[in-house]
Amino acid sequence: MTNNAFILQSSPHFKDKDSVPKIMYAVIASLVPAVAASLYFFRFRALVLLVSCVATCLVTEALFLWLRRKPLHSLFDGSAVITGLLLAMTLPPSLSVELAIIGAVMAIAIGKQVFGGLGYNIFNPALVGRAFLQTAFPVAMTTWIPPATLKIQTATFATPLGNLRFEDAIARGTLTPLKDLFTGNVGGCLGETSSFALILGGLYLLSRRVIDWRIPLGILLSLTAFTGAFWLANPEKYASPLFHILAGGLLIGAFFMATDMVTSPITPLGTWIYALGIGIVIGLIRLFGGFAEGVMYSILFMNAFVPLLNRYTRPRILGEGRKA
Amino acid sequence: MSTKTFPHGIHPPEFKDLTADKGIESLSPPEKVMIPLLQHFGKPAKPLVQKGDEVLLGQKIGEGQTLFSASVHSSVSGKVISVDNYDHPGGTPVPTVSITNDGQDNPFSEKKETKDPFSFSPEEIRQKVREAGVVGMGGAAFPTAVKLSPPKDKPIEILIINGCECEPLLTSDYRLMLEAPEDILKGAELARIATGAKRIIVGIEDNKKKAHEIFREKIQSFDFDGEVALLKTKYPQGAEKNLIYALLRRQVPTGGLPFDVGVVVQNVGTAKAIWEAVSEGKPLYERVISVSGQGINEPKNILVRIGTPFKNAVEFCGGLKEDVDILVMGGPMMGIVQWSLDVPVVKGTSGILAWAAPRPGLEYPCIRCGRCVDNCPMTLVPTQLARYVKFDDMSAAEKWGVQDCVECGCCQYVCPSKIPLVHWMRVGKNRIIALKQKKSA
Repeated sequence: MTNNAFILQSSPHFKDKDSVPKIMYAVIASLVPAVAASLYFFRFRALVLLVSCVATCLVTEALFLWLRRKPLHSLFDGSAVITGLLLAMTLPPSLSVELAIIGAVMAIAIGKQVFGGLGYNIFNPALVGRAFLQTAFPVAMTTWIPPATLKIQTATFATPLGNLRFEDAIARGTLTPLKDLFTGNVGGCLGETSSFALILGGLYLLSRRVIDWRIPLGILLSLTAFTGAFWLANPEKYASPLFHILAGGLLIGAFFMATDMVTSPITPLGTWIYALGIGIVIGLIRLFGGFAEGVMYSILFMNAFVPLLNRYTRPRILGEGRKA
Repeated sequence: MSTKTFPHGIHPPEFKDLTADKGIESLSPPEKVMIPLLQHFGKPAKPLVQKGDEVLLGQKIGEGQTLFSASVHSSVSGKVISVDNYDHPGGTPVPTVSITNDGQDNPFSEKKETKDPFSFSPEEIRQKVREAGVVGMGGAAFPTAVKLSPPKDKPIEILIINGCECEPLLTSDYRLMLEAPEDILKGAELARIATGAKRIIVGIEDNKKKAHEIFREKIQSFDFDGEVALLKTKYPQGAEKNLIYALLRRQVPTGGLPFDVGVVVQNVGTAKAIWEAVSEGKPLYERVISVSGQGINEPKNILVRIGTPFKNAVEFCGGLKEDVDILVMGGPMMGIVQWSLDVPVVKGTSGILAWAAPRPGLEYPCIRCGRCVDNCPMTLVPTQLARYVKFDDMSAAEKWGVQDCVECGCCQYVCPSKIPLVHWMRVGKNRIIALKQKKSA
């Protein structure tokens, strides 16, 4: 061994084995139960949408990396795959492939790459893609089909939240049973229907410490408090907090969307404010807004505050403010 | 008994079993020593010898020039062959006295102290510590006499003896605690007298239970007010400000010193050096180091003379393995990489480590995961600081506390994007110092 072969670097010389691709692939692994559930409930439609979204995201990412003269290795960091998966999971099963592809291009192009790629985007890319579709193609984005397991033929079909909000479900006694919300045997976006599969994936992410536990907890707490207050005051009119937690996109939002590291705060206090804020805004939209569901907009809304939250919630440094 | 700790921090792999059970062996003095005149935090010492001079073991060869400086002594008897710049493990060459060893170890004759060491006044203790060139032996090498001189308006209540040794791989402090607990406690008592502290707390991590037991037993025979505390094994438990917080729940003010909260912290090795300096007038010319890591054939703890080339120490431990590609002085978290085995052991050398390092992984953009924030023992926001420094926004970096960074490396350890965060902290600190010098000039 010759002397000048030693590595020269600044300390520390020990490093944890976790890395960006490992984190990304852990997120992908955590989505396996929800993807499986979507395939089970929506069969071929799920497969088509999942494949087209993931493929489009990868192609768009590669195109932009090439345009920006960036090394192509970051195509394999897993982040574009996650965006594709999450976007597909938030689409109605009946959506056409063309629209899914448009959404996926928007997610990567406008949601991520125009900001500078991985790490620099302000808004959750998958939700940017979805928000674009929701605005441009509102009818297609709110047309629902029943899961294959229900074996019913119907022209119009409502999601549990739509049913609650626009069909007067509580008074008519047609509120979706919690059991169906838990297993996923209901209408809705591809990946949001099975609470059980989402909780499984979320627990995996928590146990691997990939996501910040404060975010799902904060969202659940504030949503429970908000919807719980109205429910206690008038259970004839308002659904229970448990219904709100299990229905719609709340769990996929709380475990997989709001927890996106890039678009959530880095300070502990900022994270709490962000998470509690999301829960409140969801409650506001669901109870008083023009939509039945509010998870997407509330996350995007709070994403916008993240830079400010980071700036104004700097933790107190050890010894700061103590007199010398 | 409950273990104490501080918030945040990390748990790197320890690898202490490589050397923990290896008793301290003495390395025979080399044929030639290179003794740098700067082995401490502060100004270099002024050379007192020149080429051709005969020197004796323990003879002062460099005089500390200011308060923040320390004297340097010969670690062998022999002949000075040069006083010139030489490579230093700190990275930059410094004025160094090279001495050929005559193999006699003829001591520098000074009348032996006969007085009871515990009857010395605080000033006499400080004087002897300064004369012996004692510096902090945990790694930072801050002149010990300065740490024993609290300002008059800051009464010292507690002396903490730091036996955490929280860096992975190092076990030299642990061996000292097992093999010389009395000397450490006697040195602690002298430091207590010098600082006027009322109590002594010895802090030991719970991966060193044996040392903890020995100290609990030995401290009984001392009549000072003392306590041996068990701390959770966590890095950086031994960082001064975190240790003070863990033991006393006191926060050293930003930009302040432990003096400000009535505390002085001394490392166990330093305590032993204080005892030897005051009781025997022995200058700091040798120390115990861990030579360890998976790249060392026979990892050991060894007592070496200051100025011994790394090469001699490594060869005494069976040499380097074939696949070694990183050589570090100090611990793996805060140590300094070396490019050569020719550099000398200095007073602040706690270990010589070598291993086969994985190639540095690709650096990814920050994905804002916040792990650096969640693990920083100073509760800084490292990724934000690095960004401010990168974009040269020094006022923001200063406001967000870049100067409070202790460079422990927790942030970079946990960073999944492999961003050299500590490097950016250092750049930031240096730039702020440069800006301030420019302003005042």
